[in-house]
Amino acid sequence: MSEQTHAESSTDTDVVLEDTSNHDQIAIETSGEVGEVLLELDHVTLRFGGVVALNDVNFQIRRGEILGLIGPNGAGKTTAFNAMTGVYTPTEGAIRFKGKEIAGIKPHTINHLGIARTFQNIRLFPEMSAMENVMVGCDARHKTSVVGVLFRTYRVRPSEEELPESGIRRSLAKVFGISRHTLEERAGRRRSMELLRFVGIADRAHELARNLPYGYQRRLEIARALATEPELICLDEPAAGFNPAEKEDLMGLIRRIRDLGHTVLVIEHDMKLVLGVTDRIVVLEFGQKIAEGSPEEVARNPKVIAAYLGEPDDAA
Amino acid sequence: MSQITDAYRGLKLGERWDHAPKPVRWFVMLLVVAFAFYLPYLNILPFAYIRTDLTSSGSDWASVLFLIVVYMIVAVGLNVVIGLAGLLDLGYVGFYALGAYSIALFGSTNSPVVEAMQSKFGLSEEWAVPFVVCIPIAITMSLIAGVFLGAPTLRLRGDYLAIVTLGFGEIIRITARNLDGVTNGAAGITQVPVPPGPESDGRAFFNTIDAERWYWLALAILILIIFLARRLENSRVGRAWLAIREDEDAASVMGVAGFKFKLWAFAIGATLGGLAGLLFGSKQQYVEPNAFMVQLSFLFVAMVVIGGSGNIYGALTGAFLLTYLPERFRDLVDWRPFAFGVALVLVMILRPQGLVPSRRRAREFDDRREEAKEAAADV
Amino acid sequence: MDFDALISGLDRHTLDGITRGSIYALVALGYTMVYGVMKLINFAHSEVFMVGTWTVLGVYTVLGVTAGAGIGMVIAATLLALLAAMLASAGTALAVERIAYRPLRKKGAPPLIFLITGIGCSLVLVEIFGQVLRVVFGRPFGRVTVNIPSVLETKTVFTIPGLDLAVSNTRILIIVGAIVMMLALDTFVNKSRLGRGVRAVAQDADTASLMGVNRERVIMLVFVLGGAMAGVAALLYTVQYDITKFDIGFIIGLKAFTAAVLGGIGNLRGALVGGLFLGIVEVYASAIWDSSWTNVYAFVVLVVILMFRPTGLLGESLGKARA
Repeated sequence: MSEQTHAESSTDTDVVLEDTSNHDQIAIETSGEVGEVLLELDHVTLRFGGVVALNDVNFQIRRGEILGLIGPNGAGKTTAFNAMTGVYTPTEGAIRFKGKEIAGIKPHTINHLGIARTFQNIRLFPEMSAMENVMVGCDARHKTSVVGVLFRTYRVRPSEEELPESGIRRSLAKVFGISRHTLEERAGRRRSMELLRFVGIADRAHELARNLPYGYQRRLEIARALATEPELICLDEPAAGFNPAEKEDLMGLIRRIRDLGHTVLVIEHDMKLVLGVTDRIVVLEFGQKIAEGSPEEVARNPKVIAAYLGEPDDAA
Repeated sequence: MSQITDAYRGLKLGERWDHAPKPVRWFVMLLVVAFAFYLPYLNILPFAYIRTDLTSSGSDWASVLFLIVVYMIVAVGLNVVIGLAGLLDLGYVGFYALGAYSIALFGSTNSPVVEAMQSKFGLSEEWAVPFVVCIPIAITMSLIAGVFLGAPTLRLRGDYLAIVTLGFGEIIRITARNLDGVTNGAAGITQVPVPPGPESDGRAFFNTIDAERWYWLALAILILIIFLARRLENSRVGRAWLAIREDEDAASVMGVAGFKFKLWAFAIGATLGGLAGLLFGSKQQYVEPNAFMVQLSFLFVAMVVIGGSGNIYGALTGAFLLTYLPERFRDLVDWRPFAFGVALVLVMILRPQGLVPSRRRAREFDDRREEAKEAAADV
Repeated sequence: MDFDALISGLDRHTLDGITRGSIYALVALGYTMVYGVMKLINFAHSEVFMVGTWTVLGVYTVLGVTAGAGIGMVIAATLLALLAAMLASAGTALAVERIAYRPLRKKGAPPLIFLITGIGCSLVLVEIFGQVLRVVFGRPFGRVTVNIPSVLETKTVFTIPGLDLAVSNTRILIIVGAIVMMLALDTFVNKSRLGRGVRAVAQDADTASLMGVNRERVIMLVFVLGGAMAGVAALLYTVQYDITKFDIGFIIGLKAFTAAVLGGIGNLRGALVGGLFLGIVEVYASAIWDSSWTNVYAFVVLVVILMFRPTGLLGESLGKARA
């Protein structure tokens, strides 16, 4: 990435940080208590042919926490992600979300249950604008189907602030109601803009995703995932390719995401970021869990140091 | 180079249109519609040169207009399937045939199905299912066929889908040809009913002579369909199709039920195909299996992709050109398939986004070209 | 439903099916190789076959041979027709690749566009024989069925004892010819240096190009080989059926594609298995029910296979195609 891009994105974040006062519109409603088990990997094993990608992995994610998932390259972090979001089905073991078995369920259904993710190698819809990308996320929570779109059949009695201002339209809306499609589109647009502002890229909302600078694309992915109102959001190396200033911003963003009511699972290579932002950390190596605990515990764990921190690459 | 500047110009025009005040846009659209309705009577030189009946061997102008509009309905429907959802359907003629055969089978006194109903329920020989009832029957039949074909096949890879749908189109035609007892086989069904209307001089309102009435009816339906199709495009559904086309896996993880929306696209396409077939069959007042050869499917696909898939107005342009030109230059009718073939190859190679591309599509192709160049430069 | 018709003529129907299936299999090779290397259904391949049949007619016409020629003349004419058909078909396939597919590859067009250009090419080729050449030369070109002299007259060579099944010289030629050509191709792909290149690209195009395999050369090679096999199929077809027509390729192409998918597209031996299987199923089904539905049976088989075993009977991949 060019230096220019970094400069752009960091200045923009400054603007946004002033804007964090109120995000009631994008905060989510949660149905459980903080600290209860939200997602559980129960003796999960995943094999591809002869290769064991995950071997008897157990860990839990509790509601309201920021959990870090770390490990050297090829440790099985992304595979675990894929298993949680329905891309792969575990060979053995169970994955439970809010007590419900989700192994083998289709990805879009898992999303509806309340898990969203970002991708390590950015996978936006490149020919759609930033706004439209987030709208697709919002659509996941919307109900209007084809018939509703075509004939506006499903009418809703609008609240006072949803009524149009002008005379005739106002009277019509009072008598016939407003179609759910219209209300959802309106709410979706508002929410999308709010989310873009939240992650700090609202200034380029109407640009095509593929034309956005790298840092913006990373954050757009987060906005798109948040738009689906997930109880659990999984971030796959969100800081990849970021400079220290951007990483600092990202840590703030992750905390603010938790404050909105989301539980956060983050895969990350950068130890400083992981130790700085997470409440607990799970360490994988060769598809097996080798440690779990608070950042301090993990940082002191000799196994982890040997497997991961000891490597000169990461120490640098 | 010229392609890129063309796309740029198109973009500018489109943007100008987007930014025009709403009353202006309404006024322009109204003018266009009024002109379209006036077309059968077009007699002012030099515009009248576009008429197809200037020589005695030319085809009836209003009938040509009708056919153009029917194929435009087809193109709008197929555009949903190919252009928006990105599914290559080579069996579209099957749905078209189903629509035409539905109205013939249930609405014609000449059809074995109606005859069987007459004898079973002791009805008079004049009796047949009324036209208005035939419409929902035809639409339902095509819709069901679309779902039945789509449900097992939409999970297949794109190119497999193309072949299976191609087979489907042939199966419908072969069935119509072979099932003598139901469809009269190769002889076809006559006396296909026409829409109801006030009679004059003992002739139905929709008769074989006053073709402009058929044209107006079809045009009204087309406008309604365009209106509805635009609604779909600018909605949750349109976004879902786009997302699926761009990255199906990512869309799925973002909660887009890929299969469901693909099936919807397929079903909507099938319904519009059926509706167009119904209009065609009703105007001809005669259906036969040979009117639904597989080549017609290729023609339909050609309309959408030559016009510019993904853009309703592109599809309409394609339908207009590929229907109108062969009728205008009727002496060359034998050259029609050859010309289609050449046009398909040339357009795809020189301007793969189509003549009137959607803005998004035009950019997509520019990108891919750049990527291919970069990849070539890397090696 | 007439199972008696099937049972009573089982031996005859099986022989019919194998004959028909051999031709499908040869045409299927073209689909399967191109698919294996490019992940593309070459829609114009059916027309490559059609061009072959016309070439056979052309050779016979130029030589002036008709039914009842001397044995030496028959062999010479047939061999010459075979060679010409292989060349013409391979040339057509290569031309399609050069004109329709290569420019798109250069532009990095999406797969759908390739398919549509293929359809365009197919229409052009069909119309060249149905319209263009008729205008230039008159008959026999045009939209009618044309008879091809049955240079090799059908004679019963031997009768399988016990079954009372007469086996004719044409059937032996078709079945043996098809199998020999397929064995030759299989050996070529699995043993020769060029064949290794084909398999390498089929397995992993990027790695292969890093290892110095020229992908463009491999693509040309598969089009030429596939075309030549279609040429062989064209000769064998004319030997059996004695006709050609401008749109003869369409149905055979569809059947051959079905055969390729049946056996596992991208898999050479799959094409043989798929072709024979489809040929036999078609003949059996036509005997039991009605022959006017023959094409429907093929499509039903295709859909069923794609639904329940989309990788075909033997599995996909040209790269791993070795038994």
